[in-house]
Amino acid sequence: MAGIVIIGAGQAGASVAAKARVLGFSGQVTIIGDEPVAPYQRPPLSKGYLIGETNFERLLLRSPSFWSENGIDLKLGAPASAIDRFAKTVRCCDETVRYDQLVLATGSSPRRLPAQVGGQLGGVYTFRTVADANAMTAEFSPGRKLLIVGGGYIGLEAAALGAKLGLDVTLIEMAPRILQRVAAPATSDFFRALHAEHGVTILENIGLGRLIGEGRVSRALLSDGTELEVDFVIVGIGIAPRTQLASEAGLVIDNGVATDAFGRTSDPSIWAAGECASFRHGGSRIRLESVGHAIDHGELVARNIAGAAVRYKAQPWFWSDQYNAKLQIAGLNVGHDRFVVREGEGPSQSVWYYRGPQLLALDAMNDSRSYMVGKRIIETGQTILPEFVSDTSKDVKSLLSLATTITETFAA
Amino acid sequence: MIKITYVEHNGREHTVGVPQGGTLMEGARDNGIPGIEADCGGACSCATCHAYIDSAWIEKLPAKQPMEADMLDFAYEPDATRSRLTCQVRVTEALNGLVLHMPERQA
Ligand SMILES: Cc1cc2nc3c(=O)[nH]c(=O)nc-3n(C[C@H](O)[C@H](O)[C@H](O)COP(=O)(O)OP(=O)(O)OC[C@H]3O[C@@H](n4cnc5c(N)ncnc54)[C@H](O)[C@@H]3O)c2cc1C
Ligand code: FES
Repeated sequence: MAGIVIIGAGQAGASVAAKARVLGFSGQVTIIGDEPVAPYQRPPLSKGYLIGETNFERLLLRSPSFWSENGIDLKLGAPASAIDRFAKTVRCCDETVRYDQLVLATGSSPRRLPAQVGGQLGGVYTFRTVADANAMTAEFSPGRKLLIVGGGYIGLEAAALGAKLGLDVTLIEMAPRILQRVAAPATSDFFRALHAEHGVTILENIGLGRLIGEGRVSRALLSDGTELEVDFVIVGIGIAPRTQLASEAGLVIDNGVATDAFGRTSDPSIWAAGECASFRHGGSRIRLESVGHAIDHGELVARNIAGAAVRYKAQPWFWSDQYNAKLQIAGLNVGHDRFVVREGEGPSQSVWYYRGPQLLALDAMNDSRSYMVGKRIIETGQTILPEFVSDTSKDVKSLLSLATTITETFAA
Repeated sequence: MIKITYVEHNGREHTVGVPQGGTLMEGARDNGIPGIEADCGGACSCATCHAYIDSAWIEKLPAKQPMEADMLDFAYEPDATRSRLTCQVRVTEALNGLVLHMPERQA
């Protein structure tokens, strides 16, 4: 019996395998992973792990014995290199592994700087794996000059860690503001001020000309002509889904490995889950880059392999920790036409995104109560008048009873 | 190792050893005990690691931080005194023998 083979031993792959067992699947389950370690959590890498606040064992998604106890075969340390859809096999090193059902859970890879602009120099890092984090830790010593290219969440978290350890941190963002791709100006303002308070220099509207050095980076030329001395560089300019195996096997690729509402690819025996997969959401084909999605999508695929025929309903959520601030995001703000801000007590705030009358998403900074309330309103398909949201004389919990359903529903 | 007893909602008990300095959530995760999901892995960001601490042990626990209290308020059927987010409770010698009960479901 060939069973289920999963390519990618990350968050989504682990979720497929564990769920298959919970559902009582008794056939063989194999996970092929190119990283040499069992599935672990990535979020802490750019939070405490990088600066030694936690150890790797605590990042493991399951105890080391879980896999063998549950009859899940982990083949780690080498990539799957080809899929033969007709023979229903996967090539992995010198081995040929047969499958009945194949799941692609290959995640993404970070975009790198091209060699022409110094991307190949020593001291230039991207941030995806525990190996990436381990390679960087020695660089984080007080007084050193860290340049971060890209003002997204990973770049900002790395900046916070650098500042915490007393490095001299500069972050450059090509767009007019940090977090431009993912958040409203109010959220960008909050984090810009937070980082300024901790001594991080944030330069917006400024791109990288190139990195300069003999073998190892020592200077950076910025798009406005300034030159900076740097000791090392972290590049956080986004990620691309790992679709190569799928495309070589002739599967349909469309902003990721294209899947239907059930998580199935264009081959009925092959599924895709997590960051590498795209799916239809509100008229376009999207991918989601979050732990919550990797878990839910992976579990959905396991259920559908078992014949459940359930459709995916994405309920996105995300968090980011920087210094002592916690950001929590619920929903997806893509397509919003306005936002309102709810001021909290002290350094807390929430930003609520709307399309027409429909609440789409919120960013809550140091405000877990608003996050939980907004999340529940969004997940139950309701909305709340923006006037109520911005009225801080109303307790945030009371918004739950003021939430309503719009009859002309917006396509999920 | 500190002895902790996790009681599933269906009454099934699991008594396991949890290392000092780990959390009650990690004890459940690392022993494959169902009922605690811990989607965020312990970041106090998801509230899917909620459990009820046996009344006899409440007093022995360190107080909740405001963020934990805020998240708990919106968990599934929280109890004002007995509910905790298990990822926020570190295991110490003083908790040897602690018993906790899983909720019917998370979130
Ligand atoms: C530094 C960092 C911080 C983050 N912080 C947060 C956060 O705070 N909150 C949040 O919600 N999300 C966060 N994320 C995102 C989250 O970790 C990802 O969305 C999630 O891990 C995606 O899961 P996945 O299984 O799809 O991909 P991954 O976890 O990346 O797993 C894919 C695995 O497949 C392997 N693989 C790929 N191709 C092959 C092949 N051919 N053969 C074998 N193996 C292969 C990869 O090496 C990898 O191990 C963070 C990510 C990073 C990198
Ligand atoms: S594990 Fe997410 S809040 Fe405890």
